[in-house]
Amino acid sequence: MATIGKPNSLFRNMSAKIAAIPMIFTALVVFVGGTLWTVTYSFTNSKLLPREKWVGFDQYERLWGTNRWNVAIENILIYGFFSLIFSLVIGFVLAALLDQKIRFEDAFRTILLYPFALSFIVTGLVWQWILNPEFGIQSMVRGLGWESFTFDPLYNPEIVVYGLLIAGLWQGTGFVMCLMLAGLRGIDEDIWKAARVDGIPMWKTYLFIIIPMMRPVFITTLVIIAAGIVKLYDLVVAQTSGGPGIASEVPAKYVYDYMFQGQNLGQGFAASTMMLVSVLIVLIPWAYLEFGGRKNG
Amino acid sequence: MADATLNVGQLGEPSGTKPKRTFSRRNIILYGTLIVIAMYYLLPLYVMVVTSLKGMPEIRLGNIFAPPVEITFEPWAKAWATACTGLNCDGLSRGFWNSVQITIPSVIISIAIASVNGYALANWRFKGADVFFTILIFGAFIPYQVMLYPMVILLREMGIYGTLTGLVIVHTIFGMPILTLLFRNYFTSIPEELFKAARVDGAGFWSIYLKIMLPMSLPIFVVAMILQITGIWNDFLFGVVYTKPDIYPMTVQLNNIVNSVQGVKEYNVNMAATILTGLVPLTVYFISGKLFVRGIAAGAVKG
Repeated sequence: MATIGKPNSLFRNMSAKIAAIPMIFTALVVFVGGTLWTVTYSFTNSKLLPREKWVGFDQYERLWGTNRWNVAIENILIYGFFSLIFSLVIGFVLAALLDQKIRFEDAFRTILLYPFALSFIVTGLVWQWILNPEFGIQSMVRGLGWESFTFDPLYNPEIVVYGLLIAGLWQGTGFVMCLMLAGLRGIDEDIWKAARVDGIPMWKTYLFIIIPMMRPVFITTLVIIAAGIVKLYDLVVAQTSGGPGIASEVPAKYVYDYMFQGQNLGQGFAASTMMLVSVLIVLIPWAYLEFGGRKNG
Repeated sequence: MADATLNVGQLGEPSGTKPKRTFSRRNIILYGTLIVIAMYYLLPLYVMVVTSLKGMPEIRLGNIFAPPVEITFEPWAKAWATACTGLNCDGLSRGFWNSVQITIPSVIISIAIASVNGYALANWRFKGADVFFTILIFGAFIPYQVMLYPMVILLREMGIYGTLTGLVIVHTIFGMPILTLLFRNYFTSIPEELFKAARVDGAGFWSIYLKIMLPMSLPIFVVAMILQITGIWNDFLFGVVYTKPDIYPMTVQLNNIVNSVQGVKEYNVNMAATILTGLVPLTVYFISGKLFVRGIAAGAVKG
């Protein structure tokens, strides 16, 4: 574009290059450099401070031999699986409901989306309170006369993940709904007319015509939700602090605790590298589908 | 599904027309469902407010969904001014002002840098720019945990680890991918003729940015501000990693107040503190309305 000032190619377009320095620094030093640094030091036995004592895959062996890490992985898989499915289903159903040319659409959308403006800390603390067995839902239902009613997800190691899930879905489904709604609005009205002329019932139109047409929206949403799931941290800290015991630990919390509290940097680096690997597993196929097939995505 | 066909029938009508029967079966089901769902989403907000207005004896007796018999604002006062966070007992006010001090410069600096950068990427493309941009966007997907410690080292070398300045830099860096994307896409959508005309008139990089691009793109700046204010205010991880207890942001302090196990739990104070922390992003949300939706949807826009 700007081709003024021919003599030296380095100084051509100088202002733009200066403007891009923060980006270049962030991309190269923080993102690439930081990632490589962490991956490299995950092969050392750094404790309080990073040091270059190479131990091969020792940290990874220890990691996968640690009960707490395995619990964390199991939790994130369960949470991730249900979070993905419920986010997409609830988000889509809500969007479809709001797309019925209803009145007060803005009011409903505002109500469904406001949790997304709140932090995970606030979300976690509210649901910690609502799910409190002594005062919350359990106590209320018992007060209505069902004395044996038990619903204490935050105090039961077996189901604590679902307690997190309830809070996480409350916070995030409004966002998914907005993405889906944008997708639905992008669909040609004529499709609906054609389906109606052919006498196809509404639910069938959604399931077999609209949803397949919204594939790109679903994929984008999926990637966004998945990236968020891997980062799950604040919610757990606020809602359960990883408890009861270690029942609701998640990988991001494992990393933080080992890096900044357990003074076992090597473990933290290895764990965070595993998180990176899991993201790459999601990201690479997506990037390939999205940008590999056609030029200039 | 008898009502389903009815439903499709109405879609064919021009938008804005009132359905003939307001209380048709379809409408009752549709609005009934929506109202129940809306109530579910509002429930936690209601419980927060109600709990924060009760005294502790009332909380111990009643259930959390009951409205307060006797309204008291004491929990709010205590949460703001005297609640204890382990070390000090000056309530959330400290965290609030810390968060203000963190959020304002972070929002301004990150948007300034990202907008100029997005402008350079859109209108002044140079060799290699796209490579860096691609790295930047992919970097947004890297879990922060991977870059936490290298960032600690970087800040420590610069002598600003554990300071507000350090945290502002961290927010600027990690906000860059989404903001740059936002601004680049926006500036790309501005007709190129405008840019070319200014070039012919002899305007340079900065004067085009300041005199043409900036005035034309105020909406996108508002969107970016909404995105950043809520994002930075709600941040917990960076606050806890890169600051010290004295300058912890509000979210970290809130968590410390509620989850520190000392003495009797004062649920009303906890809920008052929780609302107070959520108040800033909620205000931004309710004021900004549709722009907020645009802001968060920007994250979903492909580059």
